Amino acid sequence: MASATAFKNWLFRWRSDGTGPIVLRQRRIFILPTGVAFLFATVLIVMLLGAVNYNLALGHALVFLLAGVGLSGMIHVFRNLEGLILTGGRAEPVFAGENAHFPLHLANSRRVPRLALEFRAGDGVPVVCDLPSEGRIRIELPVPARQRGWLLLPRVRLSTRYPLGLFVAWSYLHPSLRCLVYPRPINRPLPPLAFAAAQGERHGQGGQEDFAGLRERQPADSPRHIAWKAVARDFDHRPLLVKQFAGGAQSELWLDWRQLPPGADSESRLSILAGWVLAADAAGVLYGLALPGIELKPAQGAFHRQLCLETLALYQQP
Amino acid sequence: MSTAAPETLDRSAVPWLFATALATTLPHFAHQPTGFSALAGLLFAWGAWLWWRGRRLPSRWLLALLVAGSCAGVVLEFHTLLGRDAGVAMLFLFMAMKLLELRSRRDAYVVINLGYFLLLTHYFHSQSIGTGLWLLGAMVIVTATLIRLHGGRASTPGPTLRYAGLMILQSLPFLLVLYLLFPRVSGPLWGLPQDAAGARSGLSDQMSPGSIADLALSTDIAFRARFDAPLPKRDQLYWRGPVMEDYDGITWRRGPIFGPAPAVVALSAPLNYEITLEPYEQRWLLALDAPTALPPESGLTPSLSAVSRGPLSQRLRYAVSSALSYRFNTQESAAVLKRDTLLPAGRNPRARALAETWRRTGANPEGLVQRALALFHDQEFAYTLHPPLLGQNPVDEFLFQTRRGFCEHYASAFVVLMRAAGVPARVVGGYQGGEINPVDGYLVVRQSDAHAWAEVWLAGRGWVRVDPTAAVSPARVEDGLAASVPATRSLPALMGVDASWLRGLRYRWEAANNAWNQWVLGYNPQRQREFLTSLGFPDPNWRTLAPVLLAACGSILLAVTAWTLYRRPHRDPAQRLWQRALRRLRRRQVSCEPWETPLALARRLRSERPELAEALEAAAEIYCQARYGTGPANLRALRAAVARLP
Repeated sequence: MASATAFKNWLFRWRSDGTGPIVLRQRRIFILPTGVAFLFATVLIVMLLGAVNYNLALGHALVFLLAGVGLSGMIHVFRNLEGLILTGGRAEPVFAGENAHFPLHLANSRRVPRLALEFRAGDGVPVVCDLPSEGRIRIELPVPARQRGWLLLPRVRLSTRYPLGLFVAWSYLHPSLRCLVYPRPINRPLPPLAFAAAQGERHGQGGQEDFAGLRERQPADSPRHIAWKAVARDFDHRPLLVKQFAGGAQSELWLDWRQLPPGADSESRLSILAGWVLAADAAGVLYGLALPGIELKPAQGAFHRQLCLETLALYQQP
Repeated sequence: MSTAAPETLDRSAVPWLFATALATTLPHFAHQPTGFSALAGLLFAWGAWLWWRGRRLPSRWLLALLVAGSCAGVVLEFHTLLGRDAGVAMLFLFMAMKLLELRSRRDAYVVINLGYFLLLTHYFHSQSIGTGLWLLGAMVIVTATLIRLHGGRASTPGPTLRYAGLMILQSLPFLLVLYLLFPRVSGPLWGLPQDAAGARSGLSDQMSPGSIADLALSTDIAFRARFDAPLPKRDQLYWRGPVMEDYDGITWRRGPIFGPAPAVVALSAPLNYEITLEPYEQRWLLALDAPTALPPESGLTPSLSAVSRGPLSQRLRYAVSSALSYRFNTQESAAVLKRDTLLPAGRNPRARALAETWRRTGANPEGLVQRALALFHDQEFAYTLHPPLLGQNPVDEFLFQTRRGFCEHYASAFVVLMRAAGVPARVVGGYQGGEINPVDGYLVVRQSDAHAWAEVWLAGRGWVRVDPTAAVSPARVEDGLAASVPATRSLPALMGVDASWLRGLRYRWEAANNAWNQWVLGYNPQRQREFLTSLGFPDPNWRTLAPVLLAACGSILLAVTAWTLYRRPHRDPAQRLWQRALRRLRRRQVSCEPWETPLALARRLRSERPELAEALEAAAEIYCQARYGTGPANLRALRAAVARLP
């Protein structure tokens, strides 16, 4: 068993291709006849017998010509892959339970189009695409994301039967691409704000007077809170910043690991926290995240949301 | 990008499958029974209509009913489901029915493989150049359908057909090598069914008034002959076929095939030639009178006709030699001489009475032959393709009433007269003359050259050929049929045509057909053995040929691989023009450093060579615009700017 895997490893070059572009060459393209080829060959043999029996000179010629077409089909299926250039792209993070989409850029330097290229990442859904002559396209390979954390792109099998379907040519690709998978969010009601306020003392919650820091301006922010001095200092390179004040009109929420029912395991706790992050973000409140050993100060916005989810995704991951 | 299941058949692939079905069955519509052709046409139309309107395909039980019905039809028509013609009819109908069952890709594969197979069945009817070309075109369509099936919607008709054509072009070397080297087996592998050779007109082994005249209306080629030596004179070109000895008063029938071997003494040097005989239903191998050496698998009848072992259902090429001057059976058995003076009692009394009066004058056999020929020559006898019908005493009616006849009338009447006068005589069937095709030098003998003459046995000289037709119409023997029949009579099309360009065209076409027959269709196991022996394989068999075949196919595969994978170096036309500009500068002792961009070069020239700077700057700007700018490259402006460089 182990030796078979080792043999496959050697034969199919199952090893990482790194992050650079992959150019398909003959060493990594494999060809085998398909079931259709056996049907075709059977038809040819019967035709040859007929041609011999009835002494049909042109029947011989037809059979030989078809055999030649079959053989040159083998070369053409090889050409459909040979010289193909693949480059990995950045995969957007997804939640567990969704499909991660790994982007691949395909480039064709030949003047003939490459049709019916079938990609299949791991045991995911196959993706079929056509590559125009001297063109480039971008495809996305769906891979089911089952667990939070980093999802590595599994080995990709690229195969094609174009043009004749008598032969299948395939190649294994292993670009090192990864996609971040957030915990699967579980919808629970947000912790009450009152509860958050009670916690506030510990975190130094204050009124409008207590300057707490700067953050990016949201469209809903009052112009009065814009930190004009900070903006003037570095106008070219920064978005508008607003001064953030603790307490007061800005309600603040702490999403705390310890608020969760003690019986829940850590994965469901993370899922609930992820659901809270999404809900709090949608509600437009300031929220902070507290995990054992990690604390993210209350803030708002896409970046904060991403940071929180990333923290949850990678919490206690190797 | 799509994730569609590949096993379903997309709607726009269906017209391709229809094209495949149509291209592979079309010639069969002419050969199939009318009912089958009509049914297939109906199924085609139905399938096309269903597709056009996007209707649901008929249910499986309906198709099963159709299959059962057509099987029953085939059994009714051919009385079997097996055999060649019944099998072809089944395939033909199945192809039409399959068009009502195009659901998955599997069905499409069935259509395509059935199509390839149907291509083969057309060769049962014809293996001519035209058929070959048509089937090559059909093969392009079938292969393009296969490509379209795998390429999906992205393979558009034009490029797909071109791709199929390219693949077939690339397979031609395989075809050539396999055709020449693949060890041929002499068929048949199993018993040839009775229908293998369709009814073809040709020489028959019996003769009644009118039978040869019918044959003479056909310009079909009976055989071709190739002579190494100069062609003998036309009046010596008597191609001997069956010898007819039994007469019932109307019809002449051939004598026995087996018996003592004929004794021929050649009086002239043997003439060697090769005959390519078109297939017909009989076993007679035609050869010039008198054959001396025969091909293998054949023999001579006691009456000096060459016969093959079996019916000549395939085109056959054989080498023969003949002696044009000969003595044949100077010692003949009494039984044969007696048989060849027999006449049916009560038939043709007037002819017999006439011969009786001749014999009573005491003339010797030679004199009697001369009397009979003089009768034909001096009286008002006419040579015609359309003789009047004759009754129960045909020779009497011909000799004393109608006096108009074709060669079989003359031969028959002459032999009856001779037998009645006591001279052993018999009718010989065959062909006379032929026409040289100036394009390839083959002598072409057509059905219209069919002829019958007589043979009499004279003591001391053996059997001697006498052609009574020549006494009536010497032109028939010297110039052929067209010259000897009045022009008002209907002759086969083209036979009497004088237009020389038409005749030249016909010679060329027949020479091309002959070359096709000789070199393509006639490449049989024997010719392959000769060819391979000439290549240096004294004993060609599987063991010696397999390595050669593998090596040849391997090298073709390599060549085709190189052809397919080779990429023409593709250079941008703008870049080519820029290189031209740089060459011009080099002549002016300005070189562009490898790291210099066009604009940097222009900047440098402004200080170093101001007289060149302006022209180069213009060219560099247009070049950068053409190569890196948006929109299509303005090559014309660039070419003009480069040309303006000093």
